[in-house]
Amino acid sequence: MADVAVHHTDHADHDDHGGHGHATSTGLSNNKLAMWLFLGSECLLFGGLISTYMLYRGRVGDGPRPHSIYDIPFTSVSSFVLLMSSLTMVLAVSAAQKRDDRGTTLWLTVTGLLGATFVGGQVYEFTAMYNEGLGFTTSLFGSSFYTLTGFHGVHVTVGIIMLLALVGIIKRSKVPGDKAEVVELVGLYWHFVDVVWIIIFTLVYLIPT
Amino acid sequence: MNATATENTHVEDHHEEHGMSTAGYIKIAILLAVLTAIEVATYYVDFGALFLPTLLVLMAVKFFIVVSYFMHLKFDSKLFSFSFYAGLVLAVTVYVVMLSSFKFFAA
Repeated sequence: MADVAVHHTDHADHDDHGGHGHATSTGLSNNKLAMWLFLGSECLLFGGLISTYMLYRGRVGDGPRPHSIYDIPFTSVSSFVLLMSSLTMVLAVSAAQKRDDRGTTLWLTVTGLLGATFVGGQVYEFTAMYNEGLGFTTSLFGSSFYTLTGFHGVHVTVGIIMLLALVGIIKRSKVPGDKAEVVELVGLYWHFVDVVWIIIFTLVYLIPT
Repeated sequence: MNATATENTHVEDHHEEHGMSTAGYIKIAILLAVLTAIEVATYYVDFGALFLPTLLVLMAVKFFIVVSYFMHLKFDSKLFSFSFYAGLVLAVTVYVVMLSSFKFFAA
């Protein structure tokens, strides 16, 4: 019985600062495992979109060709911005694990702003491409390009919403560091969005048709 | 019972402690920035036959650096690694086969 009491006390302590909830059969957080499984399934979603783009990128019809409308210097800068948002996100996770709510909200806000800069750049890029004659239905290249990069942009936007919501939740929280696991889960999602862009930037923008 | 409790506590304590220092994360970010600069350089400088391999290797290296260090997969449970890499390997296999079949039947 004493052993059971010790076991419960350990987890009660853990709930206070880690927010990991109940003991599990694996000794791991079920929420975190679910997030990793979700990200594994997202590989299949983006794999399909990237493959479709690779298949159709040469089917330009009467529309513009890929590398006549890509603005590589501009996209390089926005890629760099998204990459650096991964650094600020990991600093937010680190601060949350140290129960530093002020640092956590600061880095989450900076991450959200960097993400918003990336999305703003994507809106600018889409507008410029549309003005140069590449609409969604202009060609198979246009359709597959806008679908792939648009899906990624939606993922970044959802990430920004989660970041800002998390800032609000942490500000209302009365226990420092009790949302550490939530910050880590949102961080995993955010880093995944970043690694997907690492692949898109190379396969879509840098490798010519 | 005591052993199980200790094991669980150890696993979750390990979870709390994993990761790197702030300086370590900044070093990783600088490395990623340098790799990105090399990628962008391939657009301006002629890499010849090394162009495609360079880009693909840099892409893979950046991918695994972010997943291993920023997402902490290197320090975390193997179960998380399996959950993610199973999806990744399945996706790469399915779509490489799909693209190859399109290439084959188009000839």
